[in-house]
Amino acid sequence: MNSFVQTMKPRIRSFRESMYLLARNKLSLFALIILVILVLGAIFAPYIVPYPEDFYDAVHTNEQLLPPSAEHWMGTDELGRDIFSRVVYGARISLTAALAAVGLSLLIGIPLGAIAGSFGGWVDNVIMRITDVFLSFPPLLLAIAMVALLGSSLNNAVLAIALSWWPWYTRLIRGQAISVKERKFVQAAETIGTSRARIIFKHIIPNCISPVIVQASMDIGGVILTVASLSFLGLGAQLPTPEWGLMISTGRRFFPDSWWYCIFPGIAIFITVLCFNLLGDAIREILDPKTRKN
Amino acid sequence: MLKYIVKRILSSILVLLGVVTITFFISRVLPSNPEVRWAGQRATEEQLEQARIELGLDKSLPEQYIIYLGDLLQGDLGKSLNNHQPVTEELARYVPATLELVILAFLFAIIIGIPLGIYSAKKKDKLLDHCSRIFSIGAVSLPTFWVALFLQLIFYKILNMLPIGGRLSVEATIFSDVPSITGMLLVDTLLTGQLDLFVDAFRHILLPCITISLYPIGLVSRMTRSALLEILGEDYITAGRSYGLSDTKMLWKYALKNSVGTTATDVALSMGYTLTNTFLVEAIFSWPGIGSYISNAVTTLDYNAIIGVTLFGAVCYIVLNLIADIFVASDPRVRL
Repeated sequence: MNSFVQTMKPRIRSFRESMYLLARNKLSLFALIILVILVLGAIFAPYIVPYPEDFYDAVHTNEQLLPPSAEHWMGTDELGRDIFSRVVYGARISLTAALAAVGLSLLIGIPLGAIAGSFGGWVDNVIMRITDVFLSFPPLLLAIAMVALLGSSLNNAVLAIALSWWPWYTRLIRGQAISVKERKFVQAAETIGTSRARIIFKHIIPNCISPVIVQASMDIGGVILTVASLSFLGLGAQLPTPEWGLMISTGRRFFPDSWWYCIFPGIAIFITVLCFNLLGDAIREILDPKTRKN
Repeated sequence: MLKYIVKRILSSILVLLGVVTITFFISRVLPSNPEVRWAGQRATEEQLEQARIELGLDKSLPEQYIIYLGDLLQGDLGKSLNNHQPVTEELARYVPATLELVILAFLFAIIIGIPLGIYSAKKKDKLLDHCSRIFSIGAVSLPTFWVALFLQLIFYKILNMLPIGGRLSVEATIFSDVPSITGMLLVDTLLTGQLDLFVDAFRHILLPCITISLYPIGLVSRMTRSALLEILGEDYITAGRSYGLSDTKMLWKYALKNSVGTTATDVALSMGYTLTNTFLVEAIFSWPGIGSYISNAVTTLDYNAIIGVTLFGAVCYIVLNLIADIFVASDPRVRL
């Protein structure tokens, strides 16, 4: 236990230092607060929204396409559902989809990168050339092609995003693995005859994972945007799921007369992605002392 | 230098081969039943068999791959599953409109982004610098398709200043002889001296162009700023200053020149991103480019068209990367 505290001490200190630096930058602190509110809103959506029954396929025939008012802050849609309630529920869908997509790409990217970095030679060459190929598709386009062929659904969209996103993590972790594998503890493990697989998964990956996790957290904003874009094209979530991109796409039919239908879900996407990006920017600044302000 | 360029071109060709292999894999291995699309929902078993033969699906996968490669070398992307037209021909019809949009958006990015970047570097940590930072992060965080709708709401519905979509107004299409030389209306109307049509086309391209130029404007201004700041911290700038050269002269004459390479690379790379953004925006503005083409293909599940556009996008991306790399390599400070 004592040794655990000993090893964790510098990490705790650097975590505190990072939090201090983060709190000093007002804009990123503001972004963090908004994100916490968003996550809480997503978790407790059924208890806080005014019309919890509207999140799926409720129909209120006498309340169709009402403009924003005191009863319906963001107006209602073509089935009379409260858009505000659906936007809050949408946070749940976008956040989980983005987390799942990033998580899946980490699952593919980390082992491949670690294997490439620690084996070197032709294994490294083959894996890295494959990542090069995946990276030469314009972002989104590969995902569009894959979902179109797999069949449109939110799960397939998440899968397709993961399949086109992993090479970034492979590249990152490979670079780390190349330096970690030269460290004494890896050589020591090799000397006592530890298996290659065990070295990679027990020694190399845990020691080069932190920059990847940081990068992944910075990517969440971009992934939310991609999920929304795919849904907007009709390739992601399907009706009547309250997904933000899908809501904008459905609302287009009533645009520009019922403008609130498209505009509010878009603002929700914008605020969420903006906060993630501001936070990502702040994290990058904290990690890179060169750009840090004194 | 020459050796590097040759090496870089060869590796691009290899990557291209990989890209083709992946698109082939996606189109043949993922479950999709293209023969049903080709022959129609009510096709009999014989018709489906016939469709499989027409599409070459009756052969083994390696055979199909060789045929696919051979077709691609001749520029044949297969036929659209919906109207049985060659995808290459259709692409050729849709590409000029997209190209016009992307090129104009990049002109905007350079005309607005670079001065904004220079100014923020000059006024580092001042109000304008912060504003441009917020603008560039904001531009990356905005869903492009939403910006498109938002601009339509403001400029069409509320202000009634600009048209909601299309490339020309209906009257112009009916009553004028719209020229087709390059396929890019702005260029064609200028070449034939039809100024009224040019103005009409410009009014139509403005909204979609602003929508997709937001991202490159933000990127270019940030990149120019950081490249300039890095260069302004170098010794030769300090030396120049200590000789008594004015700040303006140092900035414009000595610093800016050296930051161009970095900015150019980023411009080239962000073009790939912008190309994808046009895919989301074109359908909203009824802009008849490849974006509308792929949106249409996606809704009708025209796999050959989707794969064709994907391949086209990837080729553009690889070529842009190649140009950017060669551009960087031409900088004498980069020893290769």
